[in-house]
Amino acid sequence: MSEGIGARVLRKEDKRFITGDGKYTDDVTNHGQCYAAFVRSPHAHANIKSIDKSAAEAIVGVEGVFDGHQLTGDGIGNIICGWAVNSKDGSPMNMGAWSALATNTVRYAGDAVAVVIADSPANAKTAAEAVVVDYEVLSSVTDAGKSLEAGVEQIHPEAPNNLIFDWEIGEQAATEEAIAGAAHVTEMKVINNRVSPNPMEPRSAVATFDASEDHYTLYTTSQNPHVARLVLSAFYQVAPEHKLRVIAPDVGGGFGAKIYIYPEEIVCLWASMKTKRSVKWTSDRTEAFLTDAHGRDHITTAKMGFDKNNKIVGFQVDTIANLGAYMSLFSSATPTYLYATLLSGQYNIANVHGNVRAVYTNTTPVDAYRGAGRPEAAFLVERMLTTAAGELGVDPAELRRANFITEFPHQTPVIMAYDSGDFNANMDAAMKASDYAGFEARRSEAASRGKMRGIGISCYIEACGIAPSAAVGSLGAGVGLWESAEVRVNPVGTVEILTGSHSHGQGHETTFAQLINDRFGLPADNVQVVHGDTDKVQFGMGTYGSRSGAVGMSAIVKALDKVEAKAKKIAAHLLEADEGDIVIENGEVKVAGTDKTLGWHEVCLGAYTAHNLPEGMEPGLKEGAFYDPANFTFPAGCYICEVEVDPETGTTDIVQFVASDDFGTIINPMIVEGQVHGGIAQGVGQALLEQAVYDDNGQLLTGSYMDYTMPRADDLPSYTVSHETTVCPGNPLGIKGCGEAGAIGSPPAVINAITDAIGNNDLSMPATPSKVWAAIQATQSKQAAE
Amino acid sequence: MYNTNYHRASSVEDAVSKMGSSDDAKFVSGGQTLIPTMKQRLAAPSDLIDLRHVDSMKGITVDGNQITIGAGVTHAEVHSSKELGAACPSIAALAGHIGDPHVRNMGTIGGSIANNDPAADYPAAMIALNATIITNKREIAADGFFTGMFETALGEDEIITAVSFITPVKAAYSKFPNPASRYAMAGVFVAQTGEGVRVGVTGAGADGVHRHTEMEAALTANWTPEAIANCNVDANELLSDLHGDNNYRANLVKVMAKRAVEMAG
Repeated sequence: MSEGIGARVLRKEDKRFITGDGKYTDDVTNHGQCYAAFVRSPHAHANIKSIDKSAAEAIVGVEGVFDGHQLTGDGIGNIICGWAVNSKDGSPMNMGAWSALATNTVRYAGDAVAVVIADSPANAKTAAEAVVVDYEVLSSVTDAGKSLEAGVEQIHPEAPNNLIFDWEIGEQAATEEAIAGAAHVTEMKVINNRVSPNPMEPRSAVATFDASEDHYTLYTTSQNPHVARLVLSAFYQVAPEHKLRVIAPDVGGGFGAKIYIYPEEIVCLWASMKTKRSVKWTSDRTEAFLTDAHGRDHITTAKMGFDKNNKIVGFQVDTIANLGAYMSLFSSATPTYLYATLLSGQYNIANVHGNVRAVYTNTTPVDAYRGAGRPEAAFLVERMLTTAAGELGVDPAELRRANFITEFPHQTPVIMAYDSGDFNANMDAAMKASDYAGFEARRSEAASRGKMRGIGISCYIEACGIAPSAAVGSLGAGVGLWESAEVRVNPVGTVEILTGSHSHGQGHETTFAQLINDRFGLPADNVQVVHGDTDKVQFGMGTYGSRSGAVGMSAIVKALDKVEAKAKKIAAHLLEADEGDIVIENGEVKVAGTDKTLGWHEVCLGAYTAHNLPEGMEPGLKEGAFYDPANFTFPAGCYICEVEVDPETGTTDIVQFVASDDFGTIINPMIVEGQVHGGIAQGVGQALLEQAVYDDNGQLLTGSYMDYTMPRADDLPSYTVSHETTVCPGNPLGIKGCGEAGAIGSPPAVINAITDAIGNNDLSMPATPSKVWAAIQATQSKQAAE
Repeated sequence: MYNTNYHRASSVEDAVSKMGSSDDAKFVSGGQTLIPTMKQRLAAPSDLIDLRHVDSMKGITVDGNQITIGAGVTHAEVHSSKELGAACPSIAALAGHIGDPHVRNMGTIGGSIANNDPAADYPAAMIALNATIITNKREIAADGFFTGMFETALGEDEIITAVSFITPVKAAYSKFPNPASRYAMAGVFVAQTGEGVRVGVTGAGADGVHRHTEMEAALTANWTPEAIANCNVDANELLSDLHGDNNYRANLVKVMAKRAVEMAG
């Protein structure tokens, strides 16, 4: 059975995951280990008048109680946002200070104020409760719109009126003019709900300072351990980069929330140095709700103009993005360059203008969450299209078709140059698989059972790979976004792939090994994928933005090219043949058209014995490569959702969900389908169930699964998933990426289906039963009045 | 969790005696509410007195039309009991929709009733079935037992040992689960008992479980789902929270009542 590109190879890593044998950060236990417990603010906004640690310090087993003044006194730097976004007037963003332990002011409920290090988790918690903090409570604001209003409490002195930046993209005057001259204008207010990321494994850190070696080791739940090391050393001055090893072992889901460097990792490293003990912290679930960076939270008003032939002539967008109490690592990029650059959707629109105001509120920081900006763009664009179709009296699918981009490359008015795609092919496939044409009969049949049936369509596009380093650098990124790899061929012919990508559920240990099988015909079992350890892998930018295939694997391919070239040189020398005649297949190295053959292992051994190498060749067979993409990649697709709503209770049942995606080349279809299934589950979660809710005092009401609704198996349908492939011209394998598509494409499909079912377009996410029922009631009252 | 002292009671008398000699003890049975609350440090009893090994609190008895369920019987046992399935399938079905299999295999009917969570299922069944709550001290009619949210008529050292009721002529429970917790947002138990029609409502009331006398009258006159249609459910007496306001809950109470009558046949 083939284990190469396109094969459904079972996931190597699942044996340890399914048998409970994974090795996660919390599984790490060191000699003399202590535990950290954080004292967190119960208030959304308050000044710290005093902190009395004496009672906590007196508790048996407590090694130390530390506050923010000690932290900053030791020179530990503030947490920063790594992407500089300027306002449209050219002024830099107004970033407030974020100390890992608050010094004078707390800005959200959950903000860390002090830490206790003790010999057991229970003693640490008990001591944390004994720390007495005297607060002067200030008024607070959680709503992004209200945050900008006059008279609202100022959250950071650096950000007057709580405004972080007022940014724009595209041509405002031309867009306004186009809309003014339009035959029809669709206007909407669209809210993208705030969600909690909820990886199954909560965040965790185990920090160890070795005083005799003057060296730090940090095990942590990271999607990008090298970036963590860079930031911890260069910006937070916790430890010098060459004396800090960061290991992200098995990580149980990230979804963006584990990209960032949080206060807890910083404090554990610092506290390990202070106490000379290994320090462990593992978040409990309520801490995760309070402190893991939330996602989305946009308020948008938009206008879309159409000419008399239903062609879109202009799209004007005004968004307020809630970044929470502090600017997290990529928080500025998510609602700007990852969002507004996708406002052209799959459509040929000459004029697009997006304005984004990012604001502080007294809430958990907001940053990238699966899709990161692109779900917000897709939801807006696709809700607009379906709403416009209703107003124009045309089929929503036909309105989309009339505006599809059909020629590539295509330069949009908002930076992106789409390189490939066939949007009609995706739509054709989805319409066929969903029997779109037969929907009205199904609607009638459902009505006879008292159910309201609706169908919703969504055509998403995303920019992935993230991204050409020079491009993101010109847009304000503080880092380059290439990837690196090293391919080590051992003397016996087995292969180790060292990658800067990080697998936290994606199955890299399987898919990356498939590249070796495809190239050399070696069994996947002869390949080991090494990742997640800064001492083993030289450098890497990590995994997010659906980049590990398009960027991470491209680096591996570049290294493989070098390995193959050297192996061929050695074989040609040994076989006394021309280098150009050497082929490597099925684990053999042959001279084409002859019976001259060497085993792969013989060539590898030859490289290491170095008894008979070509003149001047260095021994060994190990090559590294860096790959910097030339462009973003553009996965796209068409999703069609069909729902039945129970008008008596407002309950939505998804009765059919069809996804037709274009991910470019697919390495392992089984894993890709799994990614789509999981992505849709998260998208359906956002559309129907999930929302982080604060009360008027800034308390998070959804602090446990008693109130935060995660999608369960019985909330979700069986999906119909297929692919229409156009190969990505931008990277050697032709990969576009698949990790986020499901979460990007599904929310608008679900909401468009429900609004179609109930005949009321005024519906926000999550479309909970109570909200849907109220929308039905509103429609019925309106109809009764007419 | 804070430190606590664990005691295994061998009998009801032993449990009461252990309670008397403890500082701030709590009885624990399945622990499906108390233990998570302790883990979150929201409850800190000095002592836990475990009732799960008290034999006299176990077992289900169907004696003619008299049904008795020991307080220590788990939800899974109620759900899977053949005797109950034949004599009172409505309560067996109710138990099968409490929590998840883990909860059903640990949680007990006595624990659920004693806790009187305003969104728990059993209290609605108890008042609709006109059940008697039997304690180590007395017998209490369900109507007088549930006195408010998380409040009951139980005294400090009083232990529910069993519940008993007469087999209803017809009965059914319909529940609309909270999307997150899957507790009842509105659960309605309807029953035709020897002493008339009774309707128990859980999950929705601002003061916890309660009877709906207007529906009882309507169903007494006309035992059909349609009879519910003209009943008034006063939203002012119902809960509002982030999952739904009181108007939505008022609607749910009517819809669940209607569906319960349909199920009861």
